[in-house]
Amino acid sequence: MEKATFRIWRGDANEAQFVDYETEVSEGMVVLDAVHRIQAEQANDLAVRWNCKAGKCGSCSAEVNGNPKLMCMARLNDLPLDQPVTVEPMRAFPLIKDLVTDVSWNFKVKEKMKPFTPRPPDAEDGTWRMEQEDIDHIQEFRKCIECFLCQDVCHVLREHDLHDEFIGPRFFVYAASLEMHPIDTENRLQELKNQDGIGYCNITKCCTKVCPEHITITDNAIIPLKERVVDEFYDPIRRLFKVFTG
Amino acid sequence: MASYETFEHDVLIIGAGGAGLRAAIEAAADGLKVGLVCKSLLGKAHTVMAEGGVAAALANVDERDSWRVHFADTMRGGQYLSNARMAELHAKESPNRVRELEAWGALFDRTQDGSILQRNFGGHQYPRLAHVGDRTGLEMIRALQDHGIHQGIDVHMENTIVSLLKTGDRVSGAFGYEREKGRFKIFSAKSVVLATGGVGKAYKITSNSWEYTGDGHSLAYHAGAELIDMEFVQFHPTGMVWPPSVRGILVTEGVRGEGGILTNSEGNRFMFDDIPELYVNQTADNPEEGWIYTQGDRDARRPPELLTRDHVARCIVREVKEGRGSPHGGVFLDIAWIKEKLPNAPEHIRRKLPSMYHQFKELADIDITQEPMEVGPTTHYIMGGIRVDADTQMTCVPGLFAAGECAAGLHGANRLGGNSLSDLLVFGKRAGEYAAQFATENGHVSLEESEIEEIAQHVLKPFDNSEEGDNPYEIQAQLQDKMQELVGIARSQESLAQALEEVQILREKADNVHTIGNREYNSGWHTALDLDCLLTVSESIALAALERKASIGAHSRDDFPEKEEPGTGKYNTIVHKTQENTMAIRREPVPELTEEYQEIIDEMG
Repeated sequence: MEKATFRIWRGDANEAQFVDYETEVSEGMVVLDAVHRIQAEQANDLAVRWNCKAGKCGSCSAEVNGNPKLMCMARLNDLPLDQPVTVEPMRAFPLIKDLVTDVSWNFKVKEKMKPFTPRPPDAEDGTWRMEQEDIDHIQEFRKCIECFLCQDVCHVLREHDLHDEFIGPRFFVYAASLEMHPIDTENRLQELKNQDGIGYCNITKCCTKVCPEHITITDNAIIPLKERVVDEFYDPIRRLFKVFTG
Repeated sequence: MASYETFEHDVLIIGAGGAGLRAAIEAAADGLKVGLVCKSLLGKAHTVMAEGGVAAALANVDERDSWRVHFADTMRGGQYLSNARMAELHAKESPNRVRELEAWGALFDRTQDGSILQRNFGGHQYPRLAHVGDRTGLEMIRALQDHGIHQGIDVHMENTIVSLLKTGDRVSGAFGYEREKGRFKIFSAKSVVLATGGVGKAYKITSNSWEYTGDGHSLAYHAGAELIDMEFVQFHPTGMVWPPSVRGILVTEGVRGEGGILTNSEGNRFMFDDIPELYVNQTADNPEEGWIYTQGDRDARRPPELLTRDHVARCIVREVKEGRGSPHGGVFLDIAWIKEKLPNAPEHIRRKLPSMYHQFKELADIDITQEPMEVGPTTHYIMGGIRVDADTQMTCVPGLFAAGECAAGLHGANRLGGNSLSDLLVFGKRAGEYAAQFATENGHVSLEESEIEEIAQHVLKPFDNSEEGDNPYEIQAQLQDKMQELVGIARSQESLAQALEEVQILREKADNVHTIGNREYNSGWHTALDLDCLLTVSESIALAALERKASIGAHSRDDFPEKEEPGTGKYNTIVHKTQENTMAIRREPVPELTEEYQEIIDEMG
């Protein structure tokens, strides 16, 4: 059987380095399979998150040869195996151990956002009527598996570390799914402009490129939200209108 | 006990998939202090993998549907071994549980008039599954999660419970560890809800993740609760078979619901060859009728591909065994053929089955709009589980409740697709409600310190064991191989007796497994601790399978091909722990159906 070398980040917040492991590889394998094989045979205490192994749960996010990916969807035959495959944890979050990072910040951000608030039901049985074409674009946002790869690549978080002032692409997608939801009645524009920091996004589309669910994060979520914020707070006619209406 | 961090909750919920989240939301509704413990991050539980839909007789697509039809379908699918009261509650309450999700932000696919769309699925007479493409589970867990985080629930992520705590007869809390630092945590609670899901990791080929090690089954068993009908393990007929690394990953029944057909290497649609007596009247007798059924023709009968999962899985095994399998030991599942019927078939398939398209394209280099998939059975679900009261979901241990896959009763000998998502909503809510009621009516009980010390020592044992001890992964793999081989789709007296012996051998080895490294996020240690649960459920499955000398639903005995043993009526198997710490089994007759239930079943043909 063919062998390949995996250069895996080992250690904790205090001390960590790459360690090389050689293991057998076979047809159809993904990076997560190799990591599991190494874990079972050579490094029992290797820390890695995973669940579904089918690209549906968003647990096994990592950086493979420097590219943010789900390890369960990273096919080995797409990688040059004549050189070591590097596997590192997401770099935008604090390391816990090996490939596992502390992503708890994301959960805290979501908790602070205004929840879904529906209008009163349309029908007596407590249900609503919505046209499929009116929800197609929200369903795109709701495909998100919360792998946080978009957060990992976002410069505002990764390089500028503005976690206190900026919620990141994942939560702009979440905000968009609520703001554009046909039966939601809440208004989140004030928060988007101020504490959520939507203005920091300079539309480099790095998030869109790494999304394993192929959500067009920048074009379909962030830009329309930016436009709404601009309309609400910077549109001269609306501002004038506000002066008169208070 | 000063050395362990202690958390006090009114209601403690173990597991944060659909059932656990729904229970937590319900329990928190009355302002109780609710703790929710989960092994993974929130929102990653197995519910996320559910694809096809949630069964609810909303009658949005076919007004002939009603709770009575859903009840009859569930009972028939379960070969009349289900708890009829649970089947009634489930059929009656699931429509409201689904509607309620919409009020919490879920967005199901729509009908022309803007209400929730429903699709066909195996064993359901009418289009009944509310869905979102083929990612219904994700939509549900996210709706529950996003609503749940605003209900004041304390979530303990990446924590594993290793033992329930009891004071006298009553459950009083739980002992667990957090993964990050490996520290112990004590949870004191007035009532506890188990919502830990399934046991798929006891098998080699499974659609289940690492979490599905039968924790709830094992915790309940050791705490004195009963396990019922453990022999009924659902082997989903369509898992991926190639490449090897993805073997077992689920291919939704929705593929067949949308018109996908099963063929063998001779190009024959073999499902037409064997249609069970119970379903002859409801099954199409020609391909055209089957096709128009999937396209919504109300007078057509469903294609044989949509027979119940136990039957479809057996037919696939037969084809492979008799040499008519696909190149990698499965059969062909073809949805691409519908291009003969629909002008825009590829686009239609991508819209209806987006994640299947994605999954095959990325993991197997197969474009399902152009070529057939190769599929074969995969361990998917356990119908058996913790025995609970139908209305309250309480076990025989006061204060201990169970809901979702780890509980049992609704599905009998075979579960219909779509009935698990509705199960976890209906009974998750009930478990939360009655656990809250129990907590309100009963105070906290003090924990017993000596018991806690004993558990702590046991949990650390893998570090202290000799370095000569086995690698925990190795023992897990050996168990999976044996269960696959000996307690799989085809079972016999011989294979099951051997399985029980193997479990004993592996139990001794498991007791001596050695863990390297320290307590921080140590997967080897976690795997070592999961072994006890896996061995307990494996033993109970093999024991129950040995007890049932018949082939019914998901349980097939080569040596007993008949549905019932001569001279015995319908019965459930019940496993419990004896005072000598051994596993015992007995049978209990299935209570006779009330006249009302029998009438509904007769009426629905």
